[in-house]
Amino acid sequence: MHMTITEKILAAHTEKKEVYHGELINAKVDLVLANDITAPIAIREFKKTGAKEVFDKDRVAFIPDHFAPQKDIKAAEQCKMLRDFSKEYHLGLYFEIGRMGIEHALLPEQGLVVSGDLVIGADSHTCTYGALGAFATGVGSTDVAAAMATGECWFKVPESMKFIYYGKLNKWVGGKDLILHTIGDIGVDGALYRAMEFEGETIRNLPMHGRLTMCNMAIEAGAKNGIIVPDSITEEYVKNRAKRPYKFYTSDPDAAYVEIREYDCSKIPLTVSCPHLPSNTKPAAELSHITIDQVVIGSCTNGRLQDLREAAQVMKGRKVNPNVRMIVIPATQQIYKDAMKEGLLHIFIDAEAVVSTPTCGPCLGGHMGILAKGEIALATTNRNFVGRMGHPESEVYLSNPAVAAATAVLGKIATPEELGL
Amino acid sequence: MQIKGSVWKFGDNIDTDAIIPARYLNTSDPDELAKHVMEDADKEFPNKVKAGDIIIAGKNFGCGSSREHAPIAIKAAGIQAVIAKSFARIFYRNSFNIGLPIFESEAASEKIKEGDIVEIEADKGIITNLSTGQQYTAKPIPPFMQELIAAGGLIEWTKKKVLAKGVKA
Repeated sequence: MHMTITEKILAAHTEKKEVYHGELINAKVDLVLANDITAPIAIREFKKTGAKEVFDKDRVAFIPDHFAPQKDIKAAEQCKMLRDFSKEYHLGLYFEIGRMGIEHALLPEQGLVVSGDLVIGADSHTCTYGALGAFATGVGSTDVAAAMATGECWFKVPESMKFIYYGKLNKWVGGKDLILHTIGDIGVDGALYRAMEFEGETIRNLPMHGRLTMCNMAIEAGAKNGIIVPDSITEEYVKNRAKRPYKFYTSDPDAAYVEIREYDCSKIPLTVSCPHLPSNTKPAAELSHITIDQVVIGSCTNGRLQDLREAAQVMKGRKVNPNVRMIVIPATQQIYKDAMKEGLLHIFIDAEAVVSTPTCGPCLGGHMGILAKGEIALATTNRNFVGRMGHPESEVYLSNPAVAAATAVLGKIATPEELGL
Repeated sequence: MQIKGSVWKFGDNIDTDAIIPARYLNTSDPDELAKHVMEDADKEFPNKVKAGDIIIAGKNFGCGSSREHAPIAIKAAGIQAVIAKSFARIFYRNSFNIGLPIFESEAASEKIKEGDIVEIEADKGIITNLSTGQQYTAKPIPPFMQELIAAGGLIEWTKKKVLAKGVKA
């Protein structure tokens, strides 16, 4: 055998012993998910298939997170479709607000996706779960509908690219900076149709939240999936959460990679993506002339507890700049509770930031912090396309949570060092 | 299948937020979505586009979100086909799944100009610019995708599977 971890997981979900890149396969899925934007179409299409039940009621997850809490009547109607379908088909994995979270933060946190899984989701950031050593990829609503009926999905086995990270991370530099730097290097289609496999000593020392951030943004380079071979950090994260048995796969030493890239992390600075592509990266330190109207900390990319801790460490005892609105959105109800217990929310609120219940909200210009014409935001989210957070003539910069917090304090793009941290 | 229409040109990396901004995603009604198609790439596009037109774009068309609303909006606006240097992978899948004809051709993307009249022989992937007489060949459609098209899309294909296997039907 000379398979990559991606090929091994895909093979394990077919009747074949081995599969290699380029092959077209029909594979069994462990979990199918959709949200309040994509599930309505999936429901409509599912009903056309003639299936009377979903393939497994405990393996179809419906999570209203994008426009929830329901932002307007139309959004409420869409959310209600998920609710009604979940009741009618007895779905075990439907999450109403108050119990929910942003899908890609919630499912790993609750142990509902585990290492070795094959997961598809009608949301492009489904690739997040690769951090656990799962194969996870975003698809459209119709693909989800078909998988809800059959429990299967077709795939072309992707070629793999290997990204090796070595060297010590600079202060405040984390998973977000590594992935922004990488996307800046290869471009927004630099991994088109491919698997991005992250490895190296820096990755082996990178905590799970940083790995989740990296795999989350694989789609921003056009990749089919991002993935990290599981290790002791994975074991530590998964062992007490997993609701199903999990399995660790690894890449064979002689597995084939279409390209291998190496990065000396000691040379990777705090990194910001400038409008209007995630690949448009610059060192944060070079952007101190950019004044900011709004800072958002949250999303499936950087709304985890450790992200909030980092931001709070910068905000503690400081105030949000008078010219800035700062919005903090814990990604799940659990994170919200933990952040409250740890006093993080207190720090943000004392600093005159607002703290929201979990939602994707402003990340995709949905609600909870939309930009007016000409306004500029810096966010810990994943996309800075034209109009992403509101008016087509607004702008979004992307960064890690510490840079976002320092920026909120100084009112311009800033690093924590500028605050003496 | 023969497709013939007038061309609208777009650049590289046209993302799904440009094709259909998220502010309109509180509905999945194709006609509603069509009213805002390509709006953040060209504000006037929904008013300018006519049924039967063709979009030709650069590389990585449809990057970003998995929203099927993007190809749905394009199709519902009456656009018959999209030609691009390359497509983002979820958009590529979605287009086949919902029956929006798409073609990959670097040369056609580079050479054909806005307003040109183009004819596409879909089965053979032959693109003819009727305004200049030049011809281009699109990348062949993978056999499995052809099977999907022949079945009438992924849902029809799945229907057969549901019937054949009796998948809890």
